[in-house]
Amino acid sequence: MSEPDASAVAAGTDTPLLELRGITKSFGAVEVLRGVDLKVRSGRVTALVGDNGAGKSTLIKGVAGIHNFDAGEYFFEGAPVEVHDPKTANALGIEVVYQDLALCNNLDVVHNMFLGREVTRGVTLNEDEMETRARKTLDGLAVRTLHSVRQPVASLSGGQRQTVAIARSVLWNSKLVILDEPTAALGVAQTEQVLRLVRQLADNGLGVILISHNLGDVMQVADDIAVLYLGQMAAQVDTKDVQRNQVVELITAGRSGDIGLSPAMAEVVL
Amino acid sequence: MTTTAAEQAAEGQRPEGIGGAARAYIDKLRGGDFGSLPAVLGLAALVILFGSLKGDRFLSSFNFANLLGQGAMIIVIAMGLIFVLLLGEIDLAAGVTAGMCAAVLGVTMTEHGWPMPLALGACILTGIVVGLAQGVLVANFGIPSFVVTLATFLAFQGVLLLIIGEGGTIGIRDDTILAIQNDNLPVWSGWILAAVIAGGYAGLTLMRRRSRITAGLATEAFTVWLAKTGFLVAVVAVVTFFLNEERSRRPEITSIKGIPWVLPLILVLFVGLTFLLTRTSFGRHVYAVGGNAEAARRAGISVARIKVICFVACSTLAAVAGILFASRDNSISPSTGGSTTLLLAVGAAVIGGTSLFGGKGRIIDAIIGGLVVAVIQNGLPLVTEQAGIQYAVTGGVLLIAASVDALSRRKSVTG
Ligand SMILES: Nc1ncnc2c1ncn2[C@@H]1O[C@H](COP(=O)(O)OP(=O)(O)OP(=O)(O)O)[C@@H](O)[C@H]1O
Ligand SMILES: [Mg+2]
Repeated sequence: MSEPDASAVAAGTDTPLLELRGITKSFGAVEVLRGVDLKVRSGRVTALVGDNGAGKSTLIKGVAGIHNFDAGEYFFEGAPVEVHDPKTANALGIEVVYQDLALCNNLDVVHNMFLGREVTRGVTLNEDEMETRARKTLDGLAVRTLHSVRQPVASLSGGQRQTVAIARSVLWNSKLVILDEPTAALGVAQTEQVLRLVRQLADNGLGVILISHNLGDVMQVADDIAVLYLGQMAAQVDTKDVQRNQVVELITAGRSGDIGLSPAMAEVVL
Repeated sequence: MTTTAAEQAAEGQRPEGIGGAARAYIDKLRGGDFGSLPAVLGLAALVILFGSLKGDRFLSSFNFANLLGQGAMIIVIAMGLIFVLLLGEIDLAAGVTAGMCAAVLGVTMTEHGWPMPLALGACILTGIVVGLAQGVLVANFGIPSFVVTLATFLAFQGVLLLIIGEGGTIGIRDDTILAIQNDNLPVWSGWILAAVIAGGYAGLTLMRRRSRITAGLATEAFTVWLAKTGFLVAVVAVVTFFLNEERSRRPEITSIKGIPWVLPLILVLFVGLTFLLTRTSFGRHVYAVGGNAEAARRAGISVARIKVICFVACSTLAAVAGILFASRDNSISPSTGGSTTLLLAVGAAVIGGTSLFGGKGRIIDAIIGGLVVAVIQNGLPLVTEQAGIQYAVTGGVLLIAASVDALSRRKSVTG
């Protein structure tokens, strides 16, 4: 995890780490995702943006195996895969940091980081090993804000919790980390801290999907931006090729100048 | 010490020495985590109160052994309840489950002539089946545990009545069963037991300390370890000494001394269940489900499986308590395990420090809280004959414990 290996760099240049083609998903009669394409490369932060209800969370829940997509193709490291449950996604190296964090307040930092995947020696928990690895991972992410890894999560600030959730996602040989609005509830300093952490993940060679409503954050940290507009992928563009106001147009109207959905496509919806 | 303490505090590690440990403990209390402190203080206050009012009878070693026997069933049922309380669930039927399992034990032995081990197996199996059924109804059907166990609470009383027959009782004559609550360890083996407990604790904690030091992890100071171990040794020695005293009113006819068999039984349950809850993945998952079921589910934990196992643990321990009832009362009646049994057991767990909101609780809570309840049950009748006062006081204590629980929870949520 600390250094991108040769194959990861190669994968970063040719085959995307994750590729989705023509994904559809409905809840009952409501079509939430309509033919979505997405490419995520290793070593890059791909921002996933879009208005409330555009389908961002639904898309990543499908990637993580919590929902099943109705149709479409799902490639991981170039190979077609079937992901129907979270375990399969984890086995591929996909980790999600959820919007609502999913930490247990009554457990300490180490226990939360290893929840569901405890290290054991025979039948007993190997606390020493887990504590050592948790510390190493936090150090690897240059986290200095946590005083003790043995304090209960209930006593942590929002930013510290987010840090724990992110650190948990990289404990395992993960290749793709998905973050759903990691800075939504944070103050300025803590947001800065978490964004630095997000950048650090990509610089360590992982693929990162960042969902955010804060375009400032997105422009600052993302390498490319994918815009969902009412369940369709309006565009996926390099951050350096677009202006902030173009992204705003893509989010609100599905198109901006000659990027985005064709006028006909964008109108079908209205 | 000053520089190292400062450095370690800067790194966020525990500062050295007893002073540091005391400060850390005070911080924990400030954070709203009172643990068993209120119960231990309450226990001490009650012992002093009853001791000063009726010292001659209350503080006798006869009464102490009697109190253990009275409290044993409550303690064991409370141990089981802690599993479901940790999930944020409740088992209102645990008391009558104990009664029903005891009836199965009695009927199979007395009326069907089954050998004792087989009858014991049937008793425990009844507990397991009850837990399985209740667990599946709660975890897989999604019926609130309050409703499921309220229904079984009524139903099992009916079953108990059907097994025993209207107005009847079943006598227990098996010597082994009766021995649990009526016989004592020989004095010499009591001291061996005490040595094993003290030595075992010291050895295990010392080994753990060493492995943490080898791994380069923060470790409690040696003086703190010494103080804890010293305290435990003192408690074990005092209890053993007290119970090894002659407590027969007429020693020239029958001598009664030694640790009652029920005490090692409770200790074995305590060590085994504490190990299960704190040192295994299963135990960790129980706390996780109680703390945040959705987070546990996303971490790949089968929430339904954990719930079912906890209900099975609860009912199985209730069956064990049923054996203790049979042993203590020499018989099973339709009221065995009924009346206030369940309320006292829930009270014991909560008084000991287990939360009614889930996610917080330890097996030791059952013992400490159970002792508080037993002291009240045992001490009040010495002071007042009025059952009304006894009920009111017990209810009041439970209410205080539940308030401490709710307040500490609010404190830790907001602060
Ligand atoms: N389980 C579900 N059942 C029915 N409809 C759902 C379900 N989950 C999501 N939806 C609908 O799908 C649409 C997309 O929701 P989604 O949560 O993916 O949006 P989002 O882009 O993440 O929005 P936000 O920015 O508010 O988080 C919404 O209209 C929502 O109501
Ligand atoms: Mg969302």
